[in-house]
Amino acid sequence: MAGWLDGNLVGFVDGIAFGLLLFTIAVGLSLVFGMMDVLNLAHGTLYLGGAYTAYALSDGTLPGLLLALTAGALVGALGGAALTWLTQPLARRGHLDQAVLTLGITFIVADLLAAAFGGEVLPTDPPAALRGTVDLLGHTYPVYRLVFIAVAACLAVLVHLLFERSSLGALVRATVADRDMVRAQGVDIRKVLYGVFALGAALAAVGGVLGAPTLGPGPGVDESVLVLSLVVVVVGGLGSVRGALVGALLIGQVQTLGVALLPQYAPFLLFGTMLAVLVVRPHGLVASAVRT
Amino acid sequence: MSTPTTSRAIGTAVLLGLTLAPFLLGPYAVATLSRTLVFALLALSVNLLTGLTGLPTLGQSAYFGVGAYTAAIVAKDLTDIGPLQLLIAAGVSALVAVLTGWLAVRARGVVFLMLTLAIGEIAHSAAVNWKPVTGGTDGVSGIPPVVPLPGMPALELDGLVYFYVLAVFLLLLAAVTRLGATPFALALRGIRDNEPRMKAIGHPTRRYALTVYCGAAALAGAAGSMWVSAQRFVSPGDAGFEIAALALLAVVIGGSGSIRGACAAAALIWLTRDYLGNLEAVAGRGPLLLGLLLVVAVYTLPRGLAGVRLPHQPSRKRAA
Repeated sequence: MAGWLDGNLVGFVDGIAFGLLLFTIAVGLSLVFGMMDVLNLAHGTLYLGGAYTAYALSDGTLPGLLLALTAGALVGALGGAALTWLTQPLARRGHLDQAVLTLGITFIVADLLAAAFGGEVLPTDPPAALRGTVDLLGHTYPVYRLVFIAVAACLAVLVHLLFERSSLGALVRATVADRDMVRAQGVDIRKVLYGVFALGAALAAVGGVLGAPTLGPGPGVDESVLVLSLVVVVVGGLGSVRGALVGALLIGQVQTLGVALLPQYAPFLLFGTMLAVLVVRPHGLVASAVRT
Repeated sequence: MSTPTTSRAIGTAVLLGLTLAPFLLGPYAVATLSRTLVFALLALSVNLLTGLTGLPTLGQSAYFGVGAYTAAIVAKDLTDIGPLQLLIAAGVSALVAVLTGWLAVRARGVVFLMLTLAIGEIAHSAAVNWKPVTGGTDGVSGIPPVVPLPGMPALELDGLVYFYVLAVFLLLLAAVTRLGATPFALALRGIRDNEPRMKAIGHPTRRYALTVYCGAAALAGAAGSMWVSAQRFVSPGDAGFEIAALALLAVVIGGSGSIRGACAAAALIWLTRDYLGNLEAVAGRGPLLLGLLLVVAVYTLPRGLAGVRLPHQPSRKRAA
C-alpha cells in the first residue's frame, strides 16, 4: 500500500487539489439548492465569469492575482444577486421553470463571453512567484498547486465555520427549517436568500480565478463545470457543507487517480461512481440535517 | 384550452403547411424542417417521462444517440430499408433503457434529473471513445440514402426525405396521442400527481415508471434513426448535453404535458437555434437568441405554450 501510494503520490495530491477546487465551486450550488430550493443551472457560468476575470487581470504578479480574486468575488456576488432577483418570481413554480430560466441565462452569457473573448480556451498562467516546483517526498511538484490547496482548504474551513458554527449560519438553517417562524421574528427572508446566493456565487467565481490555470476560461467550460458540480452535490448530499466537501474530494480522486490508473475507462469512472453511491445511499454520502 | 373547432382548424392548417413546405421552400429550409420534426419526436419522448409521468430527464440524448448510431450501422452493413432501421434502433434503445432505467426509476425529482444526466454523459463519452463502432469525434458518415419501403427507390433528394420523415412523424405522433387516452396513461398521471396514493391502492408504480422509461427510450431511438435518415451522418454532438437540455426545455415551455405544446415549443426552439441563428443580420448568434427565447418564454408563459389562449376565444369559465 505504501509503495502504491508512493508511485501515485503526485496523482493523489493532484486529486486533493482538484477536489478542493470542486468543493469551492460546488458548495454554492449545494447550499443554494439544498437550503434555498433554487435550482441554478447557470452555476458553471459563474465559474466561467471568474476564470475570464482572472485571464483579464492576471499580469503574472501576486498583487495581480489578489486583484483578480477580489474582482472575481465581486463579479460572482453580483451575478448571484442578479440570479436571485431573476429566479425569485419563479419560486412557487418549481424547479423545471428555474431550469429553463437558468439554462437560458447560460446560453446568453456564454454567447456574449465568446463574442468578447473569442472561441478558444485562453491559457492563464499562475503568478511568476508561484510558478516553480518543490520537492514532495522525492517527487517534484508545482508550487502553485500546493498554494492552491492551502487557500482552498482555508476557504473550506471558513465556509464550514460560517454555516455550522456562527449565529448567521444558524439563521440560515432556521430559515430552511421554518421560513414563516423566522419571518415572524422580524427577519427579512429575502436578505438571507440574497446573502446565501451571493456568497455561493462568489465562491464559484473565486474558484474560477484560482482554477483558471487548471481549467482555463473557454467555451464549453461552463457546461463541464456545471456537470462536475452537479455530480459532486448529488454524491455528497444536497445542502450540506460537509457533503459538498466529501463529494468533491471523492470526485477529485476519481477524476485524477482514475485517469492515471485506468485511462481507457476514465469517462465512465465519474458517472460509475455517482451511480454506485446513489444505489447504496440515494440521498448522497452525507444526508442534509434539515432537508432530505 | 382551445375549443375543438379552432384546434381542429389550426391542426389542419399546420398539416397543410407541413405538406406543402417542400414546394415553397429552398433546400436548406426543407432540411431544417426535417431536423425540426425529428427534434419534435425527441421532445415527445421527453414528454412521456416529464410531462405525463413527472420524471424530469436530462438524458434522453443517450437513447437518441443509441438509436442514431444503431440506425447508422444497420444502414451501412445490413439494410437501407428505413422502417427496419427504425425498428432495430427503437428496439436497441429500449433494451439499453431496461438496463439503465431500473436504476434511474429508483429516484424522483431532481435526483432523477441528475441520474439521467449521468446516463446521458456516459452515452456521450461512449460515442467519443468507442472508436471502432462510433468513429470517435469523426462520427459515422457515408450512410446510404434511406429506402422508405421495400421495392421503392432510395430517397436522394432532401424534399423526398422530408416526406418520409413527415410520414413517420405523423404515425408516431398518432401512436403517442393514442397512448395518452389509455388507462396506463392515467396511471402514469397518478404517479405524477400523487405517487404514495397510487402505491397505497396497489399499483406497482416503479414498474410503471420503468415501462414508460423504456417506451420513451424506444421513441427517442426511433427519432435517432430518423435523424440518420435525414442527415446521413451522426457524431457525438448529436448525443450531447445540449440536445438533452433543449428537449427538456421544449417540454417545459410546451406546458403541462401537452403533446401539441411540446411539438410547438420544439419547433420554436429548433428553428430559433438552426434557422434564425443563420440569418445574416444575426449570423452565429443562435445561442444568444435561443437564450433570450427561453428567458422570455419562462416569464411570459407561466402555463407554457399549451396555456396560451387565442384571441376571440371564450375562456373555459365563461363557456361553462
